[in-house]
Amino acid sequence: MATEMKLKTGLAEMLKGGVIMDVVNAEQAKIAEKAGAVAVMALERIPADIRKEGGVARMSPVDKVLEIMEVVSIPVMAKARIGHFVEAMILENLGVDFIDESEVLTPADEQYHIDKFQFKVPFVCGARNLGEALRRIGEGAAMIRTKGEAGSGNIVEAVRHLRSLRSQIRRLTTLGHEELVNEAKELGAPLTLVEWVAKNGKLPVPNFAAGGVATPADAALCRWLGAESVFVGSGIFKSENPEQLAHSIVEATTHFEDAALLAKCSRGLGSAMRGLDVHLLKPEERLAERGW
Amino acid sequence: MKIGILSLQGAVSPHLDKLSELGVRGHWVKQPKDLEDLSGIILPGGESSTMLHLLRKAHLWEPLKLFVQKKPTWGICAGAILLAKEVVSPQQPSLEALDVRAVRNAYGRQTESFIERVKPSVQWMDAEPMEGVFIRAPRFETLGPQVKILFSLDSEPVMLHQGKTLASSFHPELTSANKFHQFFLKLCQESC
Repeated sequence: MATEMKLKTGLAEMLKGGVIMDVVNAEQAKIAEKAGAVAVMALERIPADIRKEGGVARMSPVDKVLEIMEVVSIPVMAKARIGHFVEAMILENLGVDFIDESEVLTPADEQYHIDKFQFKVPFVCGARNLGEALRRIGEGAAMIRTKGEAGSGNIVEAVRHLRSLRSQIRRLTTLGHEELVNEAKELGAPLTLVEWVAKNGKLPVPNFAAGGVATPADAALCRWLGAESVFVGSGIFKSENPEQLAHSIVEATTHFEDAALLAKCSRGLGSAMRGLDVHLLKPEERLAERGW
Repeated sequence: MKIGILSLQGAVSPHLDKLSELGVRGHWVKQPKDLEDLSGIILPGGESSTMLHLLRKAHLWEPLKLFVQKKPTWGICAGAILLAKEVVSPQQPSLEALDVRAVRNAYGRQTESFIERVKPSVQWMDAEPMEGVFIRAPRFETLGPQVKILFSLDSEPVMLHQGKTLASSFHPELTSANKFHQFFLKLCQESC
């Protein structure tokens, strides 16, 4: 593995089992760190607000990113628009630790994603299936985040995409070598990566889940389905009691297989964010559809 | 021989893979009862502040503090920070098993992470320079008289040994070498 890639996936390895929380300012970042978040994600507006207010969602204002980096000792991630390599250049220059090329923001390029090999900072990208995941890894992503429907408070899309990724990976491991070229064509993914997955039965980079996580049980469910950890966006700061919910989601993510502990940490949380039925969303309102 | 890996958060699976290459099964440690019958424990890389938080919540803090006094323990990066007697930048509590001060993120943020050859400081293993992967790594300062330097980078100590405790600021589990894991297993065997 090339040096740079080893450093990039290395940081992704270090984040495993930890919760990455969306924050829009320093105050939220401090709450997240205190609750045990492994990293914070800086963005302009949390997904539920982007959904409500509409308009173009961009990278977080630079002053906000700096303010967040100033107050926490854990890694700081930040979102850039799909294909907006200049936002990524700016974020790298600020010194953020990871960039999320994210469909939650309004795409800047409807054809191409960022060439992530040109950067020293690692990238995480969203994916709904194996083909999309391997295309992003082929462009240099160091972590894959299976997409859910961000800002919906509904876990169904995250579950769908985690399950689909897992079953596609399992299927690859059963194919003969001569079948893999055709499979690469069908998936629209580089053959070398398809071969790697067929041999190893997993993605070559860590795989987290995101989108719609609103309760400790949602986070634990993602881990059961194979996610090595979770991103939590609107779920925390749109709930009745963000501080306590953040604590509980951190605990649930670690102890996902321990029902007694999950029951205990799910107590006294008040109401979770109000969720959306994703079937009622219009196609253009579905953020997970962005990216290709 | 039963080896545990603190599995609250962090790079657990690369250690499980290394141990399995050496014919040893690693065991998750998430709660106090998981410490029973262990011959040694690995505290992996990750975020030390998150691990501290989860150690307290899982009521593992006190049992682990006692464990690391008695049994072989290897802390990597965040795990080494947990073992240090003193932690700065920022200051935080620790298990105080290694007489050293750990400075968190001392080399800078992720864009300053790097890979360099680390040099053995004493006659150790086959004494060849090894690949050192440094990720938002800590620095070790003010070493106590009992602390031996095993590896260094330029003139700075990057792997330390004191009694039953090992600490490295770099990540051997992310390289192809398994000599470090072999060394730790030997330490565990000797103290069985």
